[in-house]
Amino acid sequence: MTLKMLVAVAMLAAALSGAAERLPLPYTPVTDTRLAHPEPENWLMYRGTYNSWGYSPLARITSKNVHTLVPVWTFSTGVEEAHQAPPIVNNGVMFITTPRNQILALDARTGELIWRYRRELPADLFQLHPTNRGVALYGDRVYLATVDAHLLALDAHTGEVVWDQEVADYLAGYYMTLAPLIADGRVMVGVSGGEFGIRGFVQAFDSDTGKTRWKTYTVPGLGEAGHDSWPGDSWKRGGVPVWVTGSYDIETKLAYWGTGNAGPWLGTTRPGDNLYATSVIALDAATGAIRAHHQYHWNDSWDWDEVSAPLLIDVKRGDRTIKGLVHAGRDGYLWLLERGQNKIGFVAAQPYVHQTVYSKLDAKTGRPEYNAAALPKVGRRSEFCPSIWGGKDWPPSAYNPNTGFLYIPANENLCSALTGVETKYKRGELYIGVPFEKMEVFPTAAAKDHIGELQAWNIAAGTKAWTVKFPFHNWGPILTTGGNLVFSGGTNDRYFRAFDAQTGDVLWKQRTNSGVVGVPSSYEIDGVQYVAVQSGWGVDAQRKQEYLDKAFGTKTNVPQGGVLWVFALGNAESKP
Amino acid sequence: MIDPAPPDRTLTGCSRRRLLCGVLETALVGLVGSSPLVAAATDTDPRKLPPQRGDELAYSSDDGGNVVTAAEIKLHAAPIIVYPRDPLTQVIRERSRLNQILLLRFTSEELSAETRANAADGLVAYSAICTHAACGVSEWNATTLHLICPCHASQYDPRQHAVRVTGPAPRALPALPIKQTGKTLTITGPFSGQVGAEKS
Repeated sequence: MTLKMLVAVAMLAAALSGAAERLPLPYTPVTDTRLAHPEPENWLMYRGTYNSWGYSPLARITSKNVHTLVPVWTFSTGVEEAHQAPPIVNNGVMFITTPRNQILALDARTGELIWRYRRELPADLFQLHPTNRGVALYGDRVYLATVDAHLLALDAHTGEVVWDQEVADYLAGYYMTLAPLIADGRVMVGVSGGEFGIRGFVQAFDSDTGKTRWKTYTVPGLGEAGHDSWPGDSWKRGGVPVWVTGSYDIETKLAYWGTGNAGPWLGTTRPGDNLYATSVIALDAATGAIRAHHQYHWNDSWDWDEVSAPLLIDVKRGDRTIKGLVHAGRDGYLWLLERGQNKIGFVAAQPYVHQTVYSKLDAKTGRPEYNAAALPKVGRRSEFCPSIWGGKDWPPSAYNPNTGFLYIPANENLCSALTGVETKYKRGELYIGVPFEKMEVFPTAAAKDHIGELQAWNIAAGTKAWTVKFPFHNWGPILTTGGNLVFSGGTNDRYFRAFDAQTGDVLWKQRTNSGVVGVPSSYEIDGVQYVAVQSGWGVDAQRKQEYLDKAFGTKTNVPQGGVLWVFALGNAESKP
Repeated sequence: MIDPAPPDRTLTGCSRRRLLCGVLETALVGLVGSSPLVAAATDTDPRKLPPQRGDELAYSSDDGGNVVTAAEIKLHAAPIIVYPRDPLTQVIRERSRLNQILLLRFTSEELSAETRANAADGLVAYSAICTHAACGVSEWNATTLHLICPCHASQYDPRQHAVRVTGPAPRALPALPIKQTGKTLTITGPFSGQVGAEKS
């Protein structure tokens, strides 16, 4: 076939191909206004709203009637590993993602599949964290950050790829698992790879064209502020990934991103504060400039990524209202910071689980001092609490404005020990400095009582309101609703539960196919409120389970394979 | 209205029912002569080719690029990672992670019959890529003599054709048949199975 013939055939084919597949409903474009003020019946982004509350105002399902909740449809995703993405819903159309970068577009009422996108991943891709945490929506498009470090824009109607941008080289250890954050037409993503000697960054792309708008490294380069907090060339391979979606302040147009561990893991390999590792950074969404930062802990040695974005909460303390940044840290401390246009101020912090590393915090800055015995070094074993997975890992906390409570999926009574070894950087390979056999996780004596917790904190008072205890660990992302409810799974018994938001009483539970490490969401169609979540155990929940089984002499079987569950009230109360 | 046969997208962005993509792919494959196109462009790179019969085992360029001698591999020592090297051109096939090979030594008596069939007098070679999520199997337990993937804790027994001992890996590490030729080691056939993770 000649090239001329080929072009002719292609033109004919284009003419014959006709209209693309259509959604069952007219698709409502997602605008900046809708993202800033989402309708209660929709769940348009990772945590529902820019302030990262994980709160749905919907109130048809309540603490009074939740006992009648039943599954109304399910959908098997066909893949294993950790299903962490929230169902994202826009006027009746639901989008979920799965490990291996699959997107499923579903009729949110019936569960009918509208389209499916499957990414063909490279065979040599090193998948340390085979997961994805969801799509972002803007205009008529769906955006996906991939585990081989590409950013895709797809047509929401058809699933056709509109553009595909390489963000970084996966062969150098870069990958992406987070849901993008979109504001004012900019699609912002961060990169994973803190265990591979990457140099982390957040990058913004034009939503329409995919062209780069800005790129800001989380490890300052030569001549930049904070560069001198890294010795020698360590900054080039300093890690500091960003792998959870940021929060966004629509008034100041600042995006707040949490940052991960510096690399290699042991701080003695890179003496200094290592900015902006284990911090929150405020990025100007228009330019990418770092307007402010707060480093929760300096020269990290415990793999305590502080990637969870802070919740933007107005907190009343005494006679003033603080524009707060609230963060339940992997370091086991609950932080309250104050945000401003060019400043992040320290207000207060206190441990929410047993913590042995900090000897004290500076009263003005919050900068911790460390217990020397808790500092792992090359050739020296050091114990510390909480464990390397922290008081809370990535599963997001939630805030309910009606109760004034912050809900934290916590892990208590667990510690770790690390022994460092010399390590050499090799492109695309692990660059940790602690061999697997030298990473220990062990329970304290109190773990006989419990490890996992769901904690509720009165943010205004700075006091804990209640705690629900679970025998094993808790990896449950949290949804809270206007119906005085908290929904969460996260335990190895495969349950998804509803709690009374005021008291913590378990009001309902459903045993599912696997462990629920998915972010739950809620939406409404024609007056029926739904709660949706993916059940699919894997990645660090599975990894940590193996450590716990070893410590307790148990053998826990949590089956893998993802299923989306959608629940609604099973009686007349569900009808408008 | 629900589409009775929802489209299924892949990296190319082509729908199975989108005639244009199908015609273009068919026509271009006809012009180039093989499919997929990307593979046709890259698979001929000798640095990315999988191990070839007759290849020697050698260190990476970063580690000097020399052929490995059998005497360097000590009994029960932690495995070393090596690559196939073309004996004629001395090209090391190190541009693909999938060509990373673990090399270890046991006594012949320690090896199962299936393992011995691929071994060179106690020397065994396996893919270094975990069958779970394609991480590097980079660690070694000198007490249990198990290979360990540090990503998700899968462990393999290299004396028993690298069968999975624990962890999420779905199957054994593929073995690479080798023989000793003089002081060096030569590959005598392909890996015994698919290297890396299963596609789902």
